Amino acid sequence: MSDQATFSDRGFDLAALYKMLFLAVVVVFVATPLLATVLGGFKSLGELRTNPFGLPQVWEWENYGGILWSKRYWQLLGNSLIISTMTVVLTLIAASMAAFVFAQIKFFGSAMLMSYITMGLLFPAATAILPLFIKVRDLELLDSYFGVVLPQVAFALAMSILLLRRFFKDIPYELLEAARIDGCSYIEFFRYVTLPLSRPILATVGTIVFVNSWNSYLIPLIMLNSDDLYPWPLGIMVYQGEYSSEWHLILAFVTLTILPTIILFLFAQKHIVAGLTAGAVKG
Amino acid sequence: MSALTAHRPFDSGKLATALLFLPPALLLFTLFVMMPVVEAAWYSGFNWNGFGSPKNWIGFDNYRFVFDNRAFGLAFRNNILIIVVSLSIQLPLALSLALILAEKFRGAVALRMLFFMPYILAEIATGLIFSFVYDGDYGLLAAIFRAFGAQAPHLLASPQTSMLAILIVIVWKYFGFHMMLFIATLQGMDRNLVEAGQIDGATRWQNLRYIVIPLLYPTIRLSAFFAIVGSLQLFDLIMPLTRGGPADSSHTMVSFLYTFGVMRMRVGFGSAVGVILFCVCVTFAFTYKRWFMRDE
Repeated sequence: MSDQATFSDRGFDLAALYKMLFLAVVVVFVATPLLATVLGGFKSLGELRTNPFGLPQVWEWENYGGILWSKRYWQLLGNSLIISTMTVVLTLIAASMAAFVFAQIKFFGSAMLMSYITMGLLFPAATAILPLFIKVRDLELLDSYFGVVLPQVAFALAMSILLLRRFFKDIPYELLEAARIDGCSYIEFFRYVTLPLSRPILATVGTIVFVNSWNSYLIPLIMLNSDDLYPWPLGIMVYQGEYSSEWHLILAFVTLTILPTIILFLFAQKHIVAGLTAGAVKG
Repeated sequence: MSALTAHRPFDSGKLATALLFLPPALLLFTLFVMMPVVEAAWYSGFNWNGFGSPKNWIGFDNYRFVFDNRAFGLAFRNNILIIVVSLSIQLPLALSLALILAEKFRGAVALRMLFFMPYILAEIATGLIFSFVYDGDYGLLAAIFRAFGAQAPHLLASPQTSMLAILIVIVWKYFGFHMMLFIATLQGMDRNLVEAGQIDGATRWQNLRYIVIPLLYPTIRLSAFFAIVGSLQLFDLIMPLTRGGPADSSHTMVSFLYTFGVMRMRVGFGSAVGVILFCVCVTFAFTYKRWFMRDE
C-alpha cells in the first residue's frame, strides 16, 4: 500500500517494527512444529528427549532409510496414488460432462437438477456414513479401491460441477452456434472446444480433488479392511499404534508421508491456492 | 421430454447429449450422496446392527438416546467452542496477517506460502505432529516447561485441557486458509477508494476501519461460513490427538458418531446422530443464506 511511504520517511518506524515482531511470532508458531518434525526424524529417541528443538548431534539416517527401503511405505503411497488418481479422473469426467450440459444446453428442469446437485454442498459425507457403508457393502464394493473411490467422486461432484459450470458459461454461446451450423455435434464441441479451452479450471478442480482424496481418512477407514489396500493416512495410524512411543520413527514416517504433498504444493501452488479459495473469487 | 427441444425445435442433438452426459454424475450423486441421507432418516427409527434387514422399529427412541447421552452434549458444546474460537481468534488473526501480507514487499509471498502450508497437510499428519508437540515426555511443550524448571503438562491426557490443545491445533492448521481468502479479496480491491480516503486526509486507522474493512465484509462472512462448516465436519484431526477422550471430553459430533455409531455398528443410533448433524448443517446453510445473501 502506498501509505507505507508516509511512515518509512520518518526513519525509525514503530508500526513497521510491530509488524515485523508480529510476523516473526507467527512464523515461529507455524514453522517450529514442522521443523521439529523433520529434524526429529534424524534423531535417536534419547536425543529427541533432551534436544527436541535443535539440529541433531548425530544424524540418524537409518530412521528415514529404514522406512524408505521398506515395502510398506511404498505400498501405502501406491494405494493413495491409485485411489486419488482414480478419484480425480472419474470426478473430472463425470463433472465436466454434467457441467457442460448445465452451462451450454438449455432444457426444462435444468435449473432443478442443478439445485439438486448443489444440495451436496450443504452437508459433509459423515452425516450419512452408516447408510453409505451399508450401500457399499450391498454393492459388494467393500474392501476394494472402488468402494472408496466412488463415494469420494460422488461427494466431490457438487463443488466440481459448480466450478466447471461457471467457467464453461464464459465460453461464448455464439461459438457453439457457429460450430453447430458447421455440422459439429455437441459431443465434438465438448471434446474439441470446451475441454481444451478449460485446461486451467480442470487443473484447478483436479488439484483440489486430488489433495482432498490424498488426505482423506474417514471414507477409507470405513470401507477398507485389508491392510494391503490402505492409503497412507490409515497406514500411518497403524504405524503409530505399533510404535506408540518411538517418536523418532513416527516423526520420520510423518515427514516422508507429507513430503509428496509439500512437493506437489510447491509445484502447483497457483492451482491449489486458486482452487481452495475459489469461493472467494466470486465474492 | 418435448420441452427439452423447445428452445431450438429441430435440434435433437441436445436431447441426446443431455441424456448421455448427465446420467453418470446424477447416478453417482444419487446413489452415494442423496440416498444414504434419506436412508439415514429411515434407519434412525430402528434398533439395528446392520445385518439382515432392519425389523426392530423403535420410533424416535434413538433420538432420545442421542440427546440423553452425556458425550453427545459435550461433543455439541465442543463444536460450538470451535466455532467461537474460529470467529474470535482465528478470523482476526487471519485478517490482520492478510492486511500485512497483501502488500508487496520482499518475502511477502514466501510468508503467505508458509502460513498456507499447514492447511494442505493431511489432518491425520497434523494430528500426529501435534501429539508429538504435546507429548509429556518427548514433546516440544514439555521441553519448554522443563527449560523453566516446571513440571511438563500432559495436555491431551486431561479432560480439562484436551479441548484447549485441539483448539490450538485448529488455529495453527486453518488460519492460513482464511488469510488467503482475505488476501485474494484485498488484491482484487479497487485501490482508488483507499487512495481517495488518503487524499481526503483519513488516517491509516480510519482508512482501515471505514473503507477497507467494510469492503471485506462479504469475505468475512464467507470466512465465517467456512469456519462453521469446518467445525461441523471435524473428525480426522481428533483421531490421532485424543480419539475424543479422555472421558469423552474432546469429541466433535462426527467423532461421536464414529465412536458410538460406527465402531459399535449401531446403525439406528449412528443414523440418528447423522440426521441431527444433517439438520444442523441445513438449518445453518439456509439461515446463512437468508441473513447474509439477501443482497446477492
